Amino acid sequence: VTERVIVRQGAYRDSVTLMLVSRAAAAEEGAEDVAVGMATPLNLELLADQGFAVAAGPNDLVIAIRARDDEAAERALAAVERELSARGGDDHFSAERPATRSLVAAARRDPRLSVAFLSIPGRHVPYEAAAALEAGLHVFCFSDGVSLSDEAALKRHALERGLLFMGADCGTAIVDGVALGFANAVERGPVGIVGASGTGTQEVCCLLDAAGVGVSHAIGVGGRDLSAEVGGLMMRRSIELLAADPDTRAIVAVSKPPDPEVAGAIEAAARATGKPVILAFGADYAGSAAGAETRESAGAESGGSPTAVERAPTLEDAAARAAELVGAAPARFGERLRRAPGRGSVRGLYSGGTLCGEAERIVGRGVFVDFGADEYTQGRAHPMIDPSLRLERLARDARDPEVAAVLLDVVLGYGAHPNPAAELAPVIEQAQTHVIVALCGAARDPQGLDAQRERLEAAGAVVTRSNAHAARLAREASDG
Amino acid sequence: MADLLGRPVAVANAGVDLFADELERQGVRTERVEWRPPEPGTEEALARLAREAAAIGRANDAAVARMDETRPLLTGVGTARQLLPGMGDRTILHAGPPIEWADMSGPLRGAIVGAAVHEGLATDREDAARRAAAGELELAPCHERGAVGPMAGVVSASMPMVVVENATHGNRAFCTFNEGLGKVLRYGANDNEVLDRLVWIRDVLARVFARALERLGEPIDLRAMTAQALQMGDEGHNRNRAGTSLLLRELLPALVELDEPSADVAAVARFIAGNDHFYLNLTMPASKAAADAAAGIERSSIVVAMARNGTELGIRVSGTGDAWFTGPSGIVDGLYLPGYGPEDANPDIGDSTITETVGLGGFAMAAAPAIVRFVGGRAEDALEATRTMYDIAWSESTAYQIPALGFRGTPLGIDCREVVHTRVLPFVNTGIAHREPGVGQIGAGVVEPPMEAFAKAVRALA
Repeated sequence: VTERVIVRQGAYRDSVTLMLVSRAAAAEEGAEDVAVGMATPLNLELLADQGFAVAAGPNDLVIAIRARDDEAAERALAAVERELSARGGDDHFSAERPATRSLVAAARRDPRLSVAFLSIPGRHVPYEAAAALEAGLHVFCFSDGVSLSDEAALKRHALERGLLFMGADCGTAIVDGVALGFANAVERGPVGIVGASGTGTQEVCCLLDAAGVGVSHAIGVGGRDLSAEVGGLMMRRSIELLAADPDTRAIVAVSKPPDPEVAGAIEAAARATGKPVILAFGADYAGSAAGAETRESAGAESGGSPTAVERAPTLEDAAARAAELVGAAPARFGERLRRAPGRGSVRGLYSGGTLCGEAERIVGRGVFVDFGADEYTQGRAHPMIDPSLRLERLARDARDPEVAAVLLDVVLGYGAHPNPAAELAPVIEQAQTHVIVALCGAARDPQGLDAQRERLEAAGAVVTRSNAHAARLAREASDG
Repeated sequence: MADLLGRPVAVANAGVDLFADELERQGVRTERVEWRPPEPGTEEALARLAREAAAIGRANDAAVARMDETRPLLTGVGTARQLLPGMGDRTILHAGPPIEWADMSGPLRGAIVGAAVHEGLATDREDAARRAAAGELELAPCHERGAVGPMAGVVSASMPMVVVENATHGNRAFCTFNEGLGKVLRYGANDNEVLDRLVWIRDVLARVFARALERLGEPIDLRAMTAQALQMGDEGHNRNRAGTSLLLRELLPALVELDEPSADVAAVARFIAGNDHFYLNLTMPASKAAADAAAGIERSSIVVAMARNGTELGIRVSGTGDAWFTGPSGIVDGLYLPGYGPEDANPDIGDSTITETVGLGGFAMAAAPAIVRFVGGRAEDALEATRTMYDIAWSESTAYQIPALGFRGTPLGIDCREVVHTRVLPFVNTGIAHREPGVGQIGAGVVEPPMEAFAKAVRALA
């Protein structure tokens, strides 16, 4: 039998609390007597009756333990400490708790929080994001308007803390099956994606969905990650994470054409993974060619080493090659024009910048407008949420005798407009040109992929799930 | 399934609600932060501080731990001349940050005049005012001499002070005896009734109180007593009825055994029993002892003093040394005694905000349902006041607990960064002084400290 007597000066607790503490500790295995109380004369007498001689004043807290052995005494003492330090619950009031005003306070209040999602004005990002990182949160930064130097600093900060900083101006991510920002409801599967382009990432996700291939994770890194200033910090880190992820068997990296030196660094990181990596950086980026082979058209043949780093000129090629690498048949897009080609210009009216750039490259002429660019989103919502600006332009271009074909992207998924087809269809019905829609969506998207396609087709549009194929159709439609 | 982030996705959303909606639609745990921009002009400072958040966090942990571990003991009584550094015959201390006579409000001037006459430094009140204006008195903040004073907070050399020793860290803090309600020096009253009471406090109360303490044989643990008072409906600033009762209960057996004239003992017992705020002048130095223990920790952003002189409110921050950061004193939003209103009120005054600085007063509002009429009238308003303070407090008290919040510790240690970041100001309970000297207390309520003071502190720290 062993005893412990501890006196804490000036540590007041009310007697009911202390009775509960004593009871909880006495329930520990091997504990014989546990008395925790304020050292009032009465309590000292009771302790003396139990055989504990204690010298203490009425404002002191006494912990007296008798147990079978040292180990049991320590266990009982630990139980006392645990019960004494248990913070007040406040749970029964939680429904009424006022919303917290800072990410740091939120993280402190709920230690389960793991990601800070920022869509606040860009000039407030530097301290909010840094504070979130210090609080141990990964950051998904939808906000734009963050300077390149701030972005680079935040990314270095995140790496020091072993965290991700997705952004700035990051539109899309799918992490552990959770869609963040604008993202599609794709199945989980063997292909990992790193995207410096939100809609580019969505397109690859959806083309894989069309091929019946799921996505392990899609990590967004922000559109300027591959700039010289940022140096691809987050893309390289994301590639490492996907390399280590046992669910990921092939990796697709998506970006607008990167800085050449940075492209070289990304290729080096890709080679180090030991997994096949496909770089979809647009057709004409000037990376180092070492170790990367360009495949002009995917699916023609499936040679190459399984760990090679490859370049894909289009997102369609990237998704097709990734599907092949995980043993699936690439999706085929055989949609055709509904009537004879016309003669005239092509107008590309896009909500996604990367999709817009890809289509413009494939069509090779015409006028292309990215309604998601900063000049169109100042003081208004993104065209994927608020289609009004693009609808006005569509109504005009689709009745312009100079125009032979109008090319549109329609992006579905979380975050996007709940029913874009319903907004577009009445305008498409009035069109005198070919209207070709690149429908970027997954089968499980909340808008309903099939319903959206049917509505658009009923209005007279040609609908395909591949942006590259849509661009080829637009070129053909204006070639008459 | 592998999880990429090392733990399940659970999101704190700041900004557009749509994104939180979409996450909840996927069944993801989502906390909606009610984000709003910080105080303008502090963004760059906040960004700089955010980059060294880890170092500041360690400093704040240390500062708040020292606050929390402080064990303030009421050990005795002495005079200001004996106890306070640099206390000369012509020294008069006041509440709040430093201030010139020309800038002082009515109650503060009235109290200084009264103290000067009390000390025999002037022939009469007019003479005292003239001498003060001519710079013949040495005026300085209580806070800079280890003391605190409620309202005008005026201390002169012969005044008796209670001594509070921090048994954990060894520092000491001092405060005068509370004079009671009505016409009193701390509200700027200085007529003969007020001065006669000061003499009685010096000659009778101080002596009897000191001897009773001696007779108890051991110092009174003010942390333990205040913790009990919080569970009896005090918040430690505007309500001190439980604390005063507990103190009197502790002292009474010793008092009646004293070898002192029974008329004096009875007068002392009656004086304490008749003044609900008697205990405030013990809570304040106890708070000061805790706050001082947390001062001077390099890089810490924890506020270690918050005090008003009736013209300005000033704060001091642990990591910025002795510097005061000031802004204009506010007008108290409160309940007025019959016949008075906001037009009669003096701007916020007194060192008693030292209680909020260490997690009492407005920060412990949820403990004091009896005074919820100051904050909107419903018990829920009191709970919300305390809960909101957790957002700007670094930690939680282990000593001071709130029954209505499941015995959760009170919010402890104001982080000046979070004040400007969230634009949530410390919730301060206080009394209201009439702007003319001598009228006294005309109400009580809550007051917002000026954001400017916190913004200046954050910029200085960065």
